[in-house]
Amino acid sequence: MLTVWAILIDGFIYASWLFLVAAGLTVIYGVMRILNMAHGSLYALGAYAAASALGWYYAGGGDQLWMAFAILAVSAITIGAVAGLAIERGLLRLMYGRDEILMLIITFAVLLILEDVMKLVWGTTPYFAYQPYAAMGRISIDVLTVSRYDLMVLAVSVVIGVGLWFWLERTRIGKILRSIIHDREVSTAMGVNVGRMFTITFMIGATLGAIAGGLTAPIISVVPGIGIEVIVLAFAVVVTGGLGSITGAAVGAIIVGLARATSIHTMPELELFIIYAVMAAVLVFRPYGLFGRAVARKI
Amino acid sequence: MKPSNRLQKTLLSTATSLALASVGMVGLAATAHAQDSFKVGFVTFLSGGASGPFGVPASQGAKVVVDAINSGSLPAPYDSKGVNGLNLEMVEVDEAGGPTKQVEEYRNLVERQKVNAVIGYISSGDCLAVGPVAEEMKTFTIAFDCGTSRMFEELKNPRYVFRTGLDAVADNVGAARYLADTRPDAVRIAGIQQNYAWGQDSWQDFTLAMEQLMPDAEIVNNQMPQIFQGSYSTEISALQTRRPEIVHSSMWGGDMESFVAQANARGLLAQATALLTTGESGLHRFDGQAPNGTIVGGRGPFGGFMPENDLSQWFNKAYEEKYGTPPSYPAAKAAQAILALKYAADNAGAEGVPSADQLAAALKGASFESVSGTVRMSLAGGHQALQPMLYGEYHFADGKGELRNVKSYPGDCVSAPDGYNAQQWIREGFPGSSCD
Repeated sequence: MLTVWAILIDGFIYASWLFLVAAGLTVIYGVMRILNMAHGSLYALGAYAAASALGWYYAGGGDQLWMAFAILAVSAITIGAVAGLAIERGLLRLMYGRDEILMLIITFAVLLILEDVMKLVWGTTPYFAYQPYAAMGRISIDVLTVSRYDLMVLAVSVVIGVGLWFWLERTRIGKILRSIIHDREVSTAMGVNVGRMFTITFMIGATLGAIAGGLTAPIISVVPGIGIEVIVLAFAVVVTGGLGSITGAAVGAIIVGLARATSIHTMPELELFIIYAVMAAVLVFRPYGLFGRAVARKI
Repeated sequence: MKPSNRLQKTLLSTATSLALASVGMVGLAATAHAQDSFKVGFVTFLSGGASGPFGVPASQGAKVVVDAINSGSLPAPYDSKGVNGLNLEMVEVDEAGGPTKQVEEYRNLVERQKVNAVIGYISSGDCLAVGPVAEEMKTFTIAFDCGTSRMFEELKNPRYVFRTGLDAVADNVGAARYLADTRPDAVRIAGIQQNYAWGQDSWQDFTLAMEQLMPDAEIVNNQMPQIFQGSYSTEISALQTRRPEIVHSSMWGGDMESFVAQANARGLLAQATALLTTGESGLHRFDGQAPNGTIVGGRGPFGGFMPENDLSQWFNKAYEEKYGTPPSYPAAKAAQAILALKYAADNAGAEGVPSADQLAAALKGASFESVSGTVRMSLAGGHQALQPMLYGEYHFADGKGELRNVKSYPGDCVSAPDGYNAQQWIREGFPGSSCD
């Protein structure tokens, strides 16, 4: 019974992290039809910015947890928004209307460039910002313990998921975005400033990626290459759920998270295999993912 | 075909290529080759996840020794200037990219850069790939860190290839011996390893050794997360539910440090003692995040396990003065390989630049002094170093990490003698071993 509880808890915690990582990717694809490979770099930028800022704060004698979270949030959001704006205004806006494959390759180039930029700025030595993770403590269920920090990430993930749904479904700007998703040309003819909407969307997607990285920084050692590791996982999630679907990303993350947790607790040698086996199994029966559609787009 | 459909179909191949593309680019520093210099290629990770904890410290350790050799400031017996009187010129190459790329880089070093010798390789895969090429190209080559026990099992009768560090078998036999000596009553043993050859081989060697040394112990679980995964929340839960007393791990670098920080915060390391075969590299980085009593190894008498001698005292001081931190074991192992090169060059009996044959003849079966004490090249027909394996407990006191309860096991006690497959040697109960 303890193992079942552990699988459920671990599965949902991992799913919440996967959703955080994948949400920005799927928002950008849903609205802009750009599969943003540089999303991994935005995640890594958020992680580096948060780890550096937290390192600076704790090295200066800081010990307030709320202050650490404020620093984490501000650093990740700032770098995500600035990098997102720079990538969209500086490069992507010049390429709109091109083939999706070309956009994918362009963002892949951005990913590689940013990987080297991060090495130039932060070097290759791992950065640790473990203090918030350690300071939040844990709760115990028999011999099993759960980190309060992990539960907080789960809560943030739920808030972001609900916030994205509300933004797209219940706000004026959401309606405009859905009109763009439905028909970009007609929206333009009706007076929608599609370029501005794209800028806003890309900045939000980029910021979500950086927030995911910032929240992950206190858990891991921040090293070169983490962005590339994470983008592969994010792809597995969004493809399983259906490209461009927020609901799909959430469901895909839960399925992958629970499958992975089941594997780790029962057959640990299959941990990596199970993630991609789930993706492959879904694609066999639903080539566009669980919530993807062949013609109509949805977000 | 609709664009989105094509995109979907190309996604899998793109994701796969991304994983392969996670490596950095190689930087070859082209330098002029002078007659009065000895040129050595030094290959180590300068990018990627292995660079921070291993590759960069190794590079720094090598540079400290090379600078001292060229200025003649090393302690005896290496107080002569240069190698065989020649200025030592080091050409660095990034080890990232995998074995195929490293074979290409090796050929570039020898054919284009015209190096006289090559020192390098942290990855076992790179050692296995480069070894036969070095023999084919008749180039004096020293592997300074890679740990695969298959290196000289696959490379029969080597002539030009040497290894001045110990293999992973010594790490894990030493770990099992340390447990048998210090925790003989431990019964429930678990593990967590990176899921590739290093982690799989380490766990196999450790469990085989445990069957011999602690037959009553039970292996309750082993986790195999992906390398560079970073977050081990689920694995820690899985370990907790098995209630282990000891958690063995061969994870290294950032992965090892992340696991320790997370497992400590989650309370796993209050329930069980971690045994980290490469834990010494975190000695000055854990900063109290590893509980006191955590068992750590340093892949031999390196880093914090270095014995007190003139060379180790000099190296510790010179490294810390230059880089602001004490040298970890990768730095010491790189320094040892450079010292082996100087020993070979000085004793080659050559006029000017020694040939590969002269260098190989000088190092084969030799005993030379190093930062880790006396190194005997007595295995694999005189091509593999035999040294003690040390384990100890990490303690954090007065704001810094230190090693306590250190035990040293002689080389003959932890390494298979020539003629034995390492796993066969363990299964047969370590025939020929001497632990006194």
